[in-house]
Amino acid sequence: MAKQATPVTTKTINEEGRTPRPSLPSRRRQDQTAGRVLFGITLLPVILVALITVGLGIRFWPILKVYSFWELVSGIVWKPEEGQFGFWPFISGTFWVTIVGAGLAVPPCILTALYLSEYARTSTRAIMKPLLDLLAAIPSVVYGVWGVIIIVPLVGKYVAPFFSKYLGFIPIFVSKNPTGYGILAGGIVLAVMIAPFIIAVTYEVLTTVSQGLRQASLAVGATQWQTIRSIVIPHTMPGIIAGVVLGATRALGETMAVLMVVGNVAQVPHSIFDTAYPLPALIANNYGEMMSIPLYDAALLGAAFILLVIILIFNIASTLVLQRMLGKRWV
Amino acid sequence: MKKHWHRRHIVEAIVKALMMFSFAIVAGSLGLILWTVISRGLPALTWSMITQTPKGGFYLGKEGGILNAIIGSLYLAGGGTLIALIFSLPIALYLETYLGDSGWGHYIRLALDVLWGIPSIVYGAFGFTVMLALGLRASLLGGIITLALLELPIMTRAMDEVIRRMPVDLEQAALALGSTRLEVAARVVTRQMLPGIVTAILLAFGRGIGDAAAVLFTAGFTDRIPTSLMQPAASLPLAVFFQLGMPYPEVQKRAYASALILTIIVLAISLGSRWIASRLSKYVLK
Repeated sequence: MAKQATPVTTKTINEEGRTPRPSLPSRRRQDQTAGRVLFGITLLPVILVALITVGLGIRFWPILKVYSFWELVSGIVWKPEEGQFGFWPFISGTFWVTIVGAGLAVPPCILTALYLSEYARTSTRAIMKPLLDLLAAIPSVVYGVWGVIIIVPLVGKYVAPFFSKYLGFIPIFVSKNPTGYGILAGGIVLAVMIAPFIIAVTYEVLTTVSQGLRQASLAVGATQWQTIRSIVIPHTMPGIIAGVVLGATRALGETMAVLMVVGNVAQVPHSIFDTAYPLPALIANNYGEMMSIPLYDAALLGAAFILLVIILIFNIASTLVLQRMLGKRWV
Repeated sequence: MKKHWHRRHIVEAIVKALMMFSFAIVAGSLGLILWTVISRGLPALTWSMITQTPKGGFYLGKEGGILNAIIGSLYLAGGGTLIALIFSLPIALYLETYLGDSGWGHYIRLALDVLWGIPSIVYGAFGFTVMLALGLRASLLGGIITLALLELPIMTRAMDEVIRRMPVDLEQAALALGSTRLEVAARVVTRQMLPGIVTAILLAFGRGIGDAAAVLFTAGFTDRIPTSLMQPAASLPLAVFFQLGMPYPEVQKRAYASALILTIIVLAISLGSRWIASRLSKYVLK
């Protein structure tokens, strides 16, 4: 490797007709000027975060002058034509879908990550990483298509009747909706979508535990599961939780796949088989046609703002934990 | 020697079985997705789907194809990726060669992670708000800019990760020989991270081409192939979405075929980036 690079460098220096090397002060000036310009460009991400938050906040403002924030967030009636903007059905719908999705995804994902980091052969691990990348690359609309073809009929025909029949005494398992479109379908699709992400982050976190610790535990006679339970998990708990939260924020903002399977009826859900209408779906479905109704535009951008703020809070908290654990290196 | 089965060994066996079961569920459901898309999409996939634009009555099940969406998506994601690259390469280089692990470096990486977590629908809403303020209508340009915002953090973080895995000695050797930081960035780091740059570009391109929510209001949708930046542009994810929403089985079948085309493009990009990266890694000093 080194052999190839050396001749290349010498060649460029000896090249004929090359202008003489610039003087040190001028190179230094160049370096400093470039530094200043680059610093300006580098501030872009910070500016962008502020700009998006402030921009959406400003557009949210007109409706806040008419209704109080609390009125909007806790209102359960959504009739923009009549000037009623209650966000609660959408906020609760968002959380229902996210919690069902994360609840379904987390146990198998953590077990899979543990399997990969503690038990699996090197060859299994080697194929798993590209596979996870591949799966993370599948567009959300494709997950949505899959949900419509497979999950919705499955929920409508088998899962919902089964739960209603045998677990109907628990309120959240009562099904009044025979179509299959609803929270559970959305949750299942989300669970599969965020799985590669949660597995990848959890796996990264698990690899930070030193082999020495594991070997010490095994050497005193612990089984592998005992080692995992008493050494690996306690060491990585904050990181695992942060990874799960980060995965859940992905679910929170997911639009297309959820929109396609969740039913989109503006009501406060009471059961996992009810339809829901999460915030991203609300924005996506209505944003084009909002112009004629007063304050509709402010209400929808308010929905985007609320979504953004919820996500920022979870995101910053979990990112800080992960940056600390993984030495700022975790993607 | 006969193994004595203690309680802990039984627990071990149960837990291991559970883990393998989870692994099977995860791998299985992901396999199921690919199988579903292929088995439904392949029968409906025809040559005219990818060579023709929609003709009259296309959304009622008549003649035509989705060439408009394929080209539109390539334009949108291509433009977005180009703009994102113009900003993210300097940011990634500056983070490494000038800032390192200093306070600013920390805040900027945090901002990038935060941006990366912002959902695409929020980018879409923000992009549309900005377009309204500037008096722009739904157009190729609007879609490209919104996708560029969406792709910027993905690309920059991916590059940053690669640069950070680069051996420090190399950079220090260049500095010790009298190079300025700018020269290190431009001549040593860029060359060393070439495979990483390509991977990051293709990763961001893949995200851009698959994203529907960000282009929903900003790029619009049209049956024609755009010829200028100010015209609206169709995109593949939206083509899938709109066709699936039609009540005609003929059109829904085409939605499956469109989803298959999109999946093939995205997977080809993902595999292609691995291949290119491995080809380019000969320029990298280990």
